[in-house]
Amino acid sequence: MKKDLSSDALEPVAGNGLLHRRLFLTQGAAVLGSGVALMTARNASAAPLEVPATMKTPGVPASGYGERSRFESKVQRITNGAPPTPGTGGSRTPLEYLEGIITPNPLHFERHHNGVPDIDPEQHRVLIHGLVERPLVFSLDALSRYPLVSRIQFLECSGNSAGMNTPEPAQQGAGGLHGLVSCANWTGVPLSILLQEAGVKPEGKWLLAEGADAAGMSRSVPLAKAYDDAILALYQNGERIRPSNGYPVRLFLPGYEGNMNVKWLRRIKITAEPTMTKDETSKYTDLLPNGRAEMFTFPMGVKSVITSPSGTQKMQGAGLYQISGVAWSGTGKIRRVDVSADRGKTWAQAKLDEPVLSKAIARFRLPWRWDGSPSVLMSRATDEAGNVQPTRAKLMADRGPNYRYHYNAIQSWNVTAAGEIGNVYV
Amino acid sequence: MSTCKPMVAAFVLFASAGAVAQEGPHLGVPVSPADVAAWDISIGPSGAGLPQGSGNASAGASVYNTKCIACHGEKGVGKPSDQLVGGNGTLHDAAPVRTVGSYWPYATTLFDYIRRAMPWPQPQSLTPDEIYSLTAYLLFLNGVVGETDVMNATTLPKVVMPNRDNFDVAYHEPRRR
Repeated sequence: MKKDLSSDALEPVAGNGLLHRRLFLTQGAAVLGSGVALMTARNASAAPLEVPATMKTPGVPASGYGERSRFESKVQRITNGAPPTPGTGGSRTPLEYLEGIITPNPLHFERHHNGVPDIDPEQHRVLIHGLVERPLVFSLDALSRYPLVSRIQFLECSGNSAGMNTPEPAQQGAGGLHGLVSCANWTGVPLSILLQEAGVKPEGKWLLAEGADAAGMSRSVPLAKAYDDAILALYQNGERIRPSNGYPVRLFLPGYEGNMNVKWLRRIKITAEPTMTKDETSKYTDLLPNGRAEMFTFPMGVKSVITSPSGTQKMQGAGLYQISGVAWSGTGKIRRVDVSADRGKTWAQAKLDEPVLSKAIARFRLPWRWDGSPSVLMSRATDEAGNVQPTRAKLMADRGPNYRYHYNAIQSWNVTAAGEIGNVYV
Repeated sequence: MSTCKPMVAAFVLFASAGAVAQEGPHLGVPVSPADVAAWDISIGPSGAGLPQGSGNASAGASVYNTKCIACHGEKGVGKPSDQLVGGNGTLHDAAPVRTVGSYWPYATTLFDYIRRAMPWPQPQSLTPDEIYSLTAYLLFLNGVVGETDVMNATTLPKVVMPNRDNFDVAYHEPRRR
């Protein structure tokens, strides 16, 4: 294997310069060196190195709550204009600026239906009632004493990537197009424990989850999901959940469409049937060309997007690049991601960073030697159940342009000879 | 389409969840059904829990013209917020118009949603009579009920919406092992 790599790693494994996924691993400094040479050959000589000013004066002291470098302030969540009623919109994660699999809390996407409530945890209560033997009220102090579970999992708005339904490709970056997805370490109380204490009656099959926001956001959830892996999440990446993500407690339903993960959770009512709330009938249902609509399309489909290089970025001249991107599936783990640099004619398997977790973002990478010619980059994810991310053409043919939610087609980035990168439909 | 293959492992987990659920510290405080009344605002298709009160379309028109028209337009034509009226027969079109009349499957959803979330600047401010009246008005504008039909806890759940039978449930209960 090593021999193969050292001798052949710079040989393309798929069309238009895609190289073997192990090129960037430890094997063969000579191999890497020759790659780097491609990158650095344009710079003849660096300027003389001077001692930086930061070494000649003391830095600022420690602080109570950390801030990022002022040089990173350009990295912001993306909003698409003001909605008609303030507080009903959202903001997207700037995927193209991030690496790894964890979304920093201040950049986690938001979607609100009537603003972010300012909730005092001392006053907040979670009620479990309906078809139960014992209706119960829980304070936050009480919930905090329950056994906690902690998992790294993605959250995606059902309407993510809806901009890809337009007839002409919108020219936005990866975050602008697909940034209603984020991934965090969520820690909370298994809902199954609380349901057991309340004693669900045999006729109870669903629950209604309701938020304490001004929209009274509410969704019906099958009890099977509640027993499987649902939690009442209290922590997001180690700290208490952000107000914009449901402080002090939200329902978290791994893999299910975002708005079912009701924020500011105040009430769970066990019911025999779905409640048929506005946000599971009028909205978040999927209209097909035959005029019929699907409801309760809960899991988010298998999906991926290349974040580097990606839309609105610019190539820095021909040479060796690392393609990097994110993949996820509401059904389980990502099994593989394939990448194409020639408009989908040939594909090469990308390397997946460890860990690859169930219903979490996985980070994929693949080396690419760009020769400076026009190219189209694509990524195609496959999950452990064998679901394969569809082409946009297939998705649009199957479900028409008015489906609106659950868009999960392959994203294509067009790279021009000048190095401009844009969204393109293939 | 929403036909992703589920994982068999998830079924196994579910089937055994009842047996393996961890023991908790039992810190929930019992509460009587009467004491949760103010919070129990959700109304399903059966109409169970609908409050006393009633209203018809003409009463609803005056409430609408005071509290709703700014966002939803005259007689529910929409702009800047959702169009509430019309669109019948457009769901097959290239540009379908989804409104209360053309799309919503259940009339009870109107009561539930208006009560919990409308009007947008003052949610949970309307009386049951006002909510029944607004519901009647929107159903009347959509040709679902007559102008003098009274909506209340008995009549509202019986209203059959035009698009009621055009939804398919994609979720299926996992098989127990």
